[in-house]
Amino acid sequence: MFRSPSAPGGAAITAFGEYQPSRVVTNADLEARVDTNDEWIQSRVGIRERRVAGPEDTVASMAVAAGGKALAASGLSAEDVDLVIVATCTAQDQIPNTAATVAARLGITAPGAFDLNAACAGFCYALGVASDMVRGGSSRNVLVIGSEKLSDWVDWDDRGTCVIFADGAGAAIVSAAEEHGIGPVVWGSSGERADKIYLRDHKYLYQEGQAVFRWTTTELYKVALEAMEKAGVEPSELTAFVPHQANLRIVESIAKRLGAPQALVARDIVTAGNTSSASIPLALSRMIGRGELPSGSTVLTLGFGAGLVYAAQVIRIP
Amino acid sequence: MANHSEQEILKGLGEIIEEIVGTEPSEVTPEKSFVDDLDIDSLSMVEIAIAAQDKFGVEIPDDQLKDLKTVQDVINFIQK
Repeated sequence: MFRSPSAPGGAAITAFGEYQPSRVVTNADLEARVDTNDEWIQSRVGIRERRVAGPEDTVASMAVAAGGKALAASGLSAEDVDLVIVATCTAQDQIPNTAATVAARLGITAPGAFDLNAACAGFCYALGVASDMVRGGSSRNVLVIGSEKLSDWVDWDDRGTCVIFADGAGAAIVSAAEEHGIGPVVWGSSGERADKIYLRDHKYLYQEGQAVFRWTTTELYKVALEAMEKAGVEPSELTAFVPHQANLRIVESIAKRLGAPQALVARDIVTAGNTSSASIPLALSRMIGRGELPSGSTVLTLGFGAGLVYAAQVIRIP
Repeated sequence: MANHSEQEILKGLGEIIEEIVGTEPSEVTPEKSFVDDLDIDSLSMVEIAIAAQDKFGVEIPDDQLKDLKTVQDVINFIQK
């Protein structure tokens, strides 16, 4: 028998942080580049404008900016953090990983550091891992970040994709807590449908829009309902539903099937675009910043994307 | 699976399309093109296909859906 960590309590999110590049790209800007228009983009995907990184913004630098804000808001100091997880699928380099660089730039000394690729479900996957690491006694304070520079992987002459994807980062601190504030993650994958979202020619994001729409609007609400059931939360108790900001029509379609008409539905995509693993923490951080999610709110998250992969959990807002 | 008459399917499609995009059911006639006449986009077509599957018990996969241009095409597919 090995020694087991002293009985851990719960894990909870104590702070959020976010970063968006300063450059705003409107639908009118895209009209000038490809054959599209504002009405088409808004009716198909619900986006009015998005943020696109300049050369000064990298996956690592955006992660540092968002992570630094979450760390500052948590009241912890850098040396308190013992694990950094960066959820990303758009890192410029495979080697070295992003998380170790981010940790060093934030002055976090020798934490566990790894990247996690679960595409647009990355933040929910990472949050599930962080929560269980804390509850299992392996970590005390985890910095979880979703950071993406999708603009590097978009064909800017392809009107089907360039109107959707964007850049940004969101972060959360997960710490040991007396009251558990992160429900069990419900996750899964469907690798037989790997060809529905992938990098065409290893270069440009491509998705089969109709197949992805059908999958997300007919199957994923069940994952969300299961996450609520596992957390012991009734749909009527939800303050908000914050799914991956893939497409406003997908977001609204899933929301309708949750049986939670009172829940505020995140519509961050309207001004942030689809930022993959960053979209959920970015939306949460911005909603908290606007005062839409009071402390103690119960929020359902649902990530889904290339793989295909998906994950959901219920969280309590710090 | 029950066989559905052309009239029955047309009426059902009219209800589905009204529900999804708000078009008056009387506008939904066999010769109408979804894209050109009824202003229905590719994602709404998926929603219509899903609703039609629930109503008529016939699955319309995405690779077949793209060939269904008119209301009559869908009626024929469901009756096939």
